[in-house]
Amino acid sequence: MTLAFSERDRGLLEGELGPACAMAMRILVRMARIQGASSFLDVTGAHIDSALYMGEATLEYAERLADLGATVVVPTTSNVAGVDPHGWERWAVPPQWAAKAQRQMDAYRRMGCAPTWTCAPYQTERRPGFGEQVAWGESSAIVFANSVLGARTERYPDLLDICAAVTGRVPAVGLHLDENRAGQVRVVLRDVPPEVQAHESFYPVFGHWVGGRVGGRIPVISGLAVAPNEDQLKSMGAAMASSGAVALFHLVGVTPEAPTEVEAFHGRVPEEEIVADLDSLRAARRDLHTALGQRLDLVVLGSPHFSLTEFRRLVPMLERRHAHAAVRFLVTCGRGVKLLAREAGLLEPLDRFGGEVTVDTCILTTPMLGEDVRVIMTNSAKYAYYAPGLLGTTVAFGSLEDCVASAEAGRVLRKEGPWAE
Amino acid sequence: MGRVIRGRVLVTGEATGDLLVATEPLSFWGGYDPATGEIIDRRHPLSGQVARGRILAVPATRGSSTTTAILLEAIRQGNAPAAIVTAGTDGFLALASVVADEMYGTPMPLVELTPAEFDRLRSGVAVRIELDGTLELAG
Repeated sequence: MTLAFSERDRGLLEGELGPACAMAMRILVRMARIQGASSFLDVTGAHIDSALYMGEATLEYAERLADLGATVVVPTTSNVAGVDPHGWERWAVPPQWAAKAQRQMDAYRRMGCAPTWTCAPYQTERRPGFGEQVAWGESSAIVFANSVLGARTERYPDLLDICAAVTGRVPAVGLHLDENRAGQVRVVLRDVPPEVQAHESFYPVFGHWVGGRVGGRIPVISGLAVAPNEDQLKSMGAAMASSGAVALFHLVGVTPEAPTEVEAFHGRVPEEEIVADLDSLRAARRDLHTALGQRLDLVVLGSPHFSLTEFRRLVPMLERRHAHAAVRFLVTCGRGVKLLAREAGLLEPLDRFGGEVTVDTCILTTPMLGEDVRVIMTNSAKYAYYAPGLLGTTVAFGSLEDCVASAEAGRVLRKEGPWAE
Repeated sequence: MGRVIRGRVLVTGEATGDLLVATEPLSFWGGYDPATGEIIDRRHPLSGQVARGRILAVPATRGSSTTTAILLEAIRQGNAPAAIVTAGTDGFLALASVVADEMYGTPMPLVELTPAEFDRLRSGVAVRIELDGTLELAG
């Protein structure tokens, strides 16, 4: 396929707009050829995962671009970074790591990225509209933008998202194009009782199951008994993007490109149909729960980052209770949401419970947990999926109420509820 | 006489090594330790294997968009696979190699096979990857 360049594309590549643009465009051109693009298209926003300190290479890359004078040309938010500058000292973060992670954050700030530092940028004012072409990094944000908002983004890996932001251009491929947004796999729920579907753990568990089966394909889900709220869509999408590489799902009657099943499939025949029954979902729930026994060191909520609505759900559960002395209780969220939560009076009850808040990062992206943290508990399928590999912990997976009750008791307590066999 | 498979070059380069073949996609974030080259996704069939210096065959990456940063760091530290073979175009892996070329002049060869060709690969077989994407398999 021949790759067409606009006059501006050529100018970018040849350095007419500066050496940073030239470097970014060189990378974009090579990627466009690898992906078989025939042209580039404009984006109107970007979300940058590259600010995450992952070692010297990501820092050197950020500082190379910033030192060359890179500046974003579209409104750009920043994903979680490698450290919470407001209180990393309270955790096990090595000072040298904190310094380098902050240098990397500074590099992206110099390039003009808004200091949102959240994996849930759709909780900020930069929430793209239906049909808007954007370049987003962060798998859980990508699936949310495409599926729930109907914006259009490919799965931008770290390092490429910033190239899009400083040039405003991306290869015209994949989910940017209408024809690639059709559903591929029909997902059917069979005999899953409504009380299971209404249970808080249903969405992360179901997402974990779907992702493991569809890989990178586009699932079309119909027949849900209970319409999900935004936080449930967030947690389901993040789960699908962890166990699989799902960047777009259609939920018939709920998400904007799926008013009907036929429209979700663009009138095409599904490649495959997969059936979720209660047994398969129970197995998926067990798969997320890797803890043995009742030992508990840390309860952590907020992957993707906790929303204001989730703070509002959590706080009434904390009343007249206190976390056990041996267990830390942590909420991870964006700094914007933390400010709103404080203004809404939601942080004091958390503080009285003995809970803490970390912003700008999460337990997976900064080395904040010490060696003594062996068992963590969460209601997040994403935390449950990644923590064993990244942190070497086991994970107790439960509902929000289970998490609060366990923090209070100092040991893992899980109510089976409608999941009981 | 060995067998020959003609792949599509995503990032060109020569490499030799023993194949390490995964039947499941791998996220490098949470799945690959750039300081050792070990596969650390405890749910993955290759968990515990060291891919450094070998020809890693993974059908695709999954999940996290941080895979690219991890592979780039592994390349910088000399702990990346000698080359990666995939069953389809994987932009996350390709980008790591393209940026490694831009930053350090050390691209990692990356070759794409069809799923049917990919299914013929077996762990432990010695492979030579040519500049044009040809795989020569020993035995």
